[in-house]
Amino acid sequence: MRSKGAQIIWETLVREGVEVVFGYPGGAILPAYDAMLEYPIRHVLVRHEQGAAHMADGYARATGNVGVAMATSGPGATNLVTGIATAMMDSSPMVCITGQVPGAAIGTDAFQETDVTGVTLPITKHNYLVTDPADIESALREAFYIARSGRPGPVLVDISKDAQQKEIEWSPSLEPVRMPGYRPDLTAPATELERAAEMIDQAERPVILGGHGITMSGGMDAFRKFAEKANIPVGMTLLGLGGFPIDHELNQGMMGMHGESWVNQAIQEADLLIALGMRFDDRVTGNLKNYAQNAKKIHIDIDPTEINKNVRVDVGIVGDLNETLWRLTPMVRSQPRSDWLARLADLRGEASVRDIQRLPDNGHLYAAHVINDLSHFTGGQAIIATDVGQHQMWAAQYYAHNIPMHHITSGGLGTMGFALPAGIGAKFGQPNKQVWVIAGDGGFQMTAAELSTCAQEGLDLNIAIINNNFLGMVRQWQEFFYDKRYSATPMKNPDFIKLAEAHGLTGLICEKREDVESVITQAESTPGTVVVDFHVEQEDTVYPMVPTGNDLHQMIRRPQAENPLVETASD
Amino acid sequence: MSDSVMRMFAVYVEDKPGVLNRVASLFRRRGFNIDSLTVGHTHQQGVSRMTICLEADHLTATRIEANLYKLVNVVRVEDVTPHPSVARDLALVKVSTSPESRSELLQVVEIYRAQVVDFNPESIIVEITGDEGKLDSFIEALRPYGIIEMVRTGVVAMARGPHAPQVSPEFVSARVPEEESV
Repeated sequence: MRSKGAQIIWETLVREGVEVVFGYPGGAILPAYDAMLEYPIRHVLVRHEQGAAHMADGYARATGNVGVAMATSGPGATNLVTGIATAMMDSSPMVCITGQVPGAAIGTDAFQETDVTGVTLPITKHNYLVTDPADIESALREAFYIARSGRPGPVLVDISKDAQQKEIEWSPSLEPVRMPGYRPDLTAPATELERAAEMIDQAERPVILGGHGITMSGGMDAFRKFAEKANIPVGMTLLGLGGFPIDHELNQGMMGMHGESWVNQAIQEADLLIALGMRFDDRVTGNLKNYAQNAKKIHIDIDPTEINKNVRVDVGIVGDLNETLWRLTPMVRSQPRSDWLARLADLRGEASVRDIQRLPDNGHLYAAHVINDLSHFTGGQAIIATDVGQHQMWAAQYYAHNIPMHHITSGGLGTMGFALPAGIGAKFGQPNKQVWVIAGDGGFQMTAAELSTCAQEGLDLNIAIINNNFLGMVRQWQEFFYDKRYSATPMKNPDFIKLAEAHGLTGLICEKREDVESVITQAESTPGTVVVDFHVEQEDTVYPMVPTGNDLHQMIRRPQAENPLVETASD
Repeated sequence: MSDSVMRMFAVYVEDKPGVLNRVASLFRRRGFNIDSLTVGHTHQQGVSRMTICLEADHLTATRIEANLYKLVNVVRVEDVTPHPSVARDLALVKVSTSPESRSELLQVVEIYRAQVVDFNPESIIVEITGDEGKLDSFIEALRPYGIIEMVRTGVVAMARGPHAPQVSPEFVSARVPEEESV
C-alpha cells in the first residue's frame, strides 16, 4: 500500500504496542503530528520537552515497557537531552523520535537544525538519522528492540521532515529484527557459576549487593530464592529498592553515601561481596582504595563493560540476572551463618528501631515524618516518584520499599526536576495505582510547568512538596564542608497552593505532624491532581553520610545531643 | 600499569555513516588515547575493518574490547596483540636532494628497500612499507637530508595462518573483561 513516512511511524509504533506518546509538536515533526490523528495512540502534550523525556522514562520504569517521547528538531530535540541522559544512566528503556530538517537542508545550519544524533551519541544506547521513508520502519523496530533488550537504555530516531512527507509503497515487515553487531542475550559459562558457587559456600561473611538489575531482569523471585537458600544478608542500592522486600529478614536496607550504617559496616567487614545487577557507583563504594578490602568479589551483570570497571572482581559473570540466578541457586549450599547474621544484628542494634511515629512530637514537622506517614497511610502500595536531594534520600530511607517498580528516582544522573514528569509518566503507565510525586521545593520548580499537563490530561496525581525553603542537600554540604556559608541555597518560593489553584488544581498545606494523616487522606480522596505543600524543618540533615573521599564506614552521624527523630544509623 | 604495551585491535564494523564517529567517541568518552586508527573495506560487502593501536594494559584492553562490542555497529573485535600477526605501516616522505647528496640518499633508500615514487631536481618522494620500527628508523636516517613533508597511514594488521574470522552473527560475542573467563 502507499504510505507516507509519517504513517509508517505510527503504524510501526502501534505494532510495537505503544499506547501513549509524550511529546511537543513543531515544524520538523508536523507531518508526524498530522498523521497521528488517524491512529489509536494517546498523545500527551507536555509543557517542555524535558518533561516528555522524563515522562517516557517514568512510564518505562513503572511498567517495564518502552516509553516514547516525541519532539521537533533543534531546540525541541536538545530539550530532550537531560531526560535522555537520565534514562541512559539508569538503564531505562525509551525511544525518542525527533523531527529533523529536510534531508537537503541537513548540514546547512537551517532554521531549527541541530545535529541531534551527534549531540546524543554518548548519552544514547544507539541512535539513528533517517532521511528515507523506506528506512523508518527498520530504524524504529531496531530502536525498540535495542531499547528494551540487554541492558536497557534510550534510543533516539531522528527523522527528516521530507522522509515523513514522502509517500512510498510499503507493507509492514514480519521478519524478526536482526542486527549482526548486537547480541544482548549473553549467557555465562557454567564453569564461572561453579567458581562463584564454591566461593559462596566457603565464605563466612558474605554480603549480597542488590541493584537495579533485579527488577530490570524480572528476577525478583530468583533473587529472593538465592538469598534465602544461601542465607546471605542483602544490601540494596538506591535503584535496587523494591527489588527485594524491605520487610524481608535478610534485607538490611540501603548501602552507600546515605545508606544504613550497619550495611556499610558489613560491607567493609565482609569476606565476600556478591554484586547482583549493580555497578559499584561511587555513591555506594566511598573511597575505592579501602572498599571491602578483605572481600573477594563476584559480579553478575548483563553489561560486560561493567565488570572490572570500578572494582576489580574475582569472578565476573555476564548474563541476564534472572536466568543466571536460577542457574546459580541450586549450586550453592544452605547454611546457617549464625555468627555473621548475629554480627549484623549487633551492628543494627537499637538503630533498627526507627519507628519515628512512636516518638514524641516536638512541634516540628520533619521530612522523615512525612515520608514515614506517607508510607504508612498508603500501605506502601503507592508508586512514589522522587526528585533529587535530601527528600530523595529520606524517601529511600523511610518509605517501605516492598514492591518492585514502585520507587522511581533519578539515581545515576541525579536530575532535579525529574519527579513530577516521571510521576506523570508512571501514572499513565499504571492508571489504577496511586502515584505520589515527592519533590523538594527546588526540584519541583524546575519542571513545575508540567502542572498544566496534569490539568489538561485530568490526571489523578498527588504531589508532596517537601518544602524547606532551601536547596537542602546543597545546603547540607555547605554546612558540613563549606563552613555553613549558604551560598545561593536559600529559596524564596511562590505560594504553591495558589500555583496549584492557578492551574485549576487543588492545593493543600501541612505544617504540623498531626495534620499529615488528614492531608494525605484528603489528597487521595480529592479527584484530579493535588499539590500538598509540606512545610518541614528548614535546616534538617540527612544522616548518616559518607563524605566524598571517605571510606565507606567513615560516616558522619547525627550528633547525640540533638533530637534523634530522624536518626537512621546505629550509634 | 606494568603490563602496558602497544596493542592492536582489528575491529569489524558495519559500513554505515557515522560508525567511525561512534568508535572515536567511545575512545574519547572513556579516556583511551588512540595511537593510530585506520579504516578500510574488507572482502565482505558492507563490512569495514579498523585497525586501532594504542598503549594499554591487559585490564584496559579487555575493557576496550567490551566497550567496542557494546556499540551496535561493531560486528567483531579481535585483540591481535598476543597472536602472531603481520602489521604494516606505509609512509610517503618528501626529502630535499641536491646533486651532492642524491646518490647517498638513494643508497639509504636501497638499504631500507623503499621506493622512489617522485623525482624532482630538488626533492624526491620515497614510499616505504613495513612495521613501525622499520619506518621510524628509516625516517631518522632521512632526517639529515631534510624532510620537507611526510605522511604515515598508521598500522594495519592481520593475524597469521589460514583462518580469517567469519563476520557472521554466530561469531559475535563479548568477552568478559577477565582473562580466566575468556
